[in-house]
Amino acid sequence: MKTEDLKNTQEYKYGFTTEVENIRAPKGLNEETIKFISKIKKEPKWMLDWRLKAYNRLKALKEPNWQKPKYPKINYQDLYYYSAPKSASEKPKSLDEIDPKILETYKKLGIPLVEQQRLNGIAVDAVFDSVSVATTFKDELTKKGIIFCSISEAIQKHPELVKKYLGSVIPLSDHYFATLNSAVFTDGSFVYIPPNTRCPMELSTYFRINASETGQFERTLIIADKGSYVSYLEGCTAPMRDENQLHAANVELVALDDAEIKYSTVQNWYPGDKNGVGGIYNFVTKRGACRGKNSKISWTQVETGSAITWKYPSCILQGDNSVGEFYSIAITNNFQKADTGTKMIHLGKNTKSKIISKGISAGNADNMYRGLVDIKNKASNSRNYTQCDSLLMGNKCGAHTVPYIKNNNATSTIEHEATTTKINEDQLYYCNQRGLDQEEAVSLIVNGFCKEVLQQLPMEFAVEAQKLVSISLEGSVG
Amino acid sequence: MLSIQNLEAKIDNKNILNGLNLNINPGEVHAIMGPNGSGKSTLANVLSGKNGYETKGQIKFNGENLGELTTEERAQKGIFLAFQYPLEIPGVNTNIFLRTSLNAVRKAKGEKEIDTLSFLKLIKEKASELGIDEKFLSRQLNVGFSGGEKKKNEILQMKLLQPKLSILDETDSGLDIDALRIVADGVNSYKNKDNAFLIITHYQRLLDYIRPDFIHVLSNGKIAKTGGSELGIELEKTGYANIG
Repeated sequence: MKTEDLKNTQEYKYGFTTEVENIRAPKGLNEETIKFISKIKKEPKWMLDWRLKAYNRLKALKEPNWQKPKYPKINYQDLYYYSAPKSASEKPKSLDEIDPKILETYKKLGIPLVEQQRLNGIAVDAVFDSVSVATTFKDELTKKGIIFCSISEAIQKHPELVKKYLGSVIPLSDHYFATLNSAVFTDGSFVYIPPNTRCPMELSTYFRINASETGQFERTLIIADKGSYVSYLEGCTAPMRDENQLHAANVELVALDDAEIKYSTVQNWYPGDKNGVGGIYNFVTKRGACRGKNSKISWTQVETGSAITWKYPSCILQGDNSVGEFYSIAITNNFQKADTGTKMIHLGKNTKSKIISKGISAGNADNMYRGLVDIKNKASNSRNYTQCDSLLMGNKCGAHTVPYIKNNNATSTIEHEATTTKINEDQLYYCNQRGLDQEEAVSLIVNGFCKEVLQQLPMEFAVEAQKLVSISLEGSVG
Repeated sequence: MLSIQNLEAKIDNKNILNGLNLNINPGEVHAIMGPNGSGKSTLANVLSGKNGYETKGQIKFNGENLGELTTEERAQKGIFLAFQYPLEIPGVNTNIFLRTSLNAVRKAKGEKEIDTLSFLKLIKEKASELGIDEKFLSRQLNVGFSGGEKKKNEILQMKLLQPKLSILDETDSGLDIDALRIVADGVNSYKNKDNAFLIITHYQRLLDYIRPDFIHVLSNGKIAKTGGSELGIELEKTGYANIG
């Protein structure tokens, strides 16, 4: 980032870069790049083979183009696929050994990487660019048999778990971006909760794109064994920059019998400037399998950043009596575009799903809810409830709701409710008359609109998310 | 405190107020009565700074020209409007709304924001004075409130924000006799020599409980007649037809 750009960073609170020397893979997508990544991560042969298999499948795939937000063609040969802070090539043993610049970055982001984590009950596996630089509370978790580490470490230390579950929810050749990720993923988190164990703290990862022109390909795998419970938080912010950046993460969740996974996201990647220049392309594949009976997966997302957000965190309700939930807030302002929603695939008997989506559009932005509820013929007595609310601010933005509904079982029911409203002038006037200025009023009303989703977030996250909702809409009502 | 001179107001090219004059001093209670469409609510809206009106004339509030201030600045300086139809804000807890509002007003006055514990203590005290159940404070603002509850909530906000000038826009409409008495008690207990009230009403009923110093009859966007509290009783008998 040029210094003159720094002057404009106020609008995007988290827009700054840290000067860290990078180790980079050569530019371009090819077998050499993949071998480079695998080698630098000291991966076993099976992992490299898996990556190469994905790469070969990728050659036969095309980028999907059915989505509403269009984007300029991405030159995959012009991207770097691996970039790591140099100081992390020798794994630090404690926080003291970590590059102070990196620690400073986290400090600016308000990430509690030191002792206050314990007070907050959060263990953070922080991803700085592509390599995990610090993992805390490992000891406490280890006592319970919980594995929480980077996926790179898991590949080395827990190959049997990784082999068994990696790609079991998002198959190797699922679609273009997911397959690309399988070929070139660099790092991410791995979680395993043993049977009948309740994870004693919220697990949390902060992501951050840092090096210029680096596509970031996280890979996360969470397995909740029989009768276990885990709540996982993912939050991201990115530094300010001009060129578009591709972010294509894969997240796989597996819940076995009677297990529950709660996955919460606050996404605040750089959205581009007021005129729609720059910003992240956030093309993410998130999918959870409720593989066991009575299992439950709940996705909560607050999507405020990125130039384009394109994702459908989904649940495959395989086990009988399993439950899938999706709570979403998607805010688009200026020239941001979002095409997001969920897929609920009902396979087992008595499966239930619930979708609550709140879309907020301001400026020239476009916000699309797209969702699939698919009840298969064996999923008897299954139920879905969907509620999609859209809030429009101003008259240049757009909101769309596209539900795909399939019910192949006569004993199952699907309910869908949708509303579209404009922010109410009288409500604003009422708030103004009570002394609130326009921005406070908008923030209050919008946070109220989103409440059903916000209250699904863990406490510490909810406060941050509320602030983010307000920050994202600053200046949107004149 | 408030001085209105030759106030005209138009909305959608329709004249509503046509040269209204009114002076309100601290410690006074003024009532505005008048038939439907005479401009009573417009007066309340113009004083509070609602958008959409084209105005002429002058309104001074404690020496300041109101026309130059935004709605929130007027509120912060001590103008309070109890709405005829209080708005529902789904998902917003009543307590949080009240605290945000109080802090906005305090901040504008250069005072420190109130902390959560002190606020809860304060609001419980004010609520109990009005016979409002605590549970009511944790409900979503005005959502699913009865007409009476909404109006009581307006009075609660008034007592919390401690405005200098309180405008009550048909606060009595739709109230049963018990709620009316509670609202009136709320006003009477807040009234002192430093603040003033402008009470807009159709009926004498409320004025049986809140005794006004002046009653003004509004007709065709002007004050057609001014009198003491006896004027209300007279109007109740004869109606508005003979005035204006």
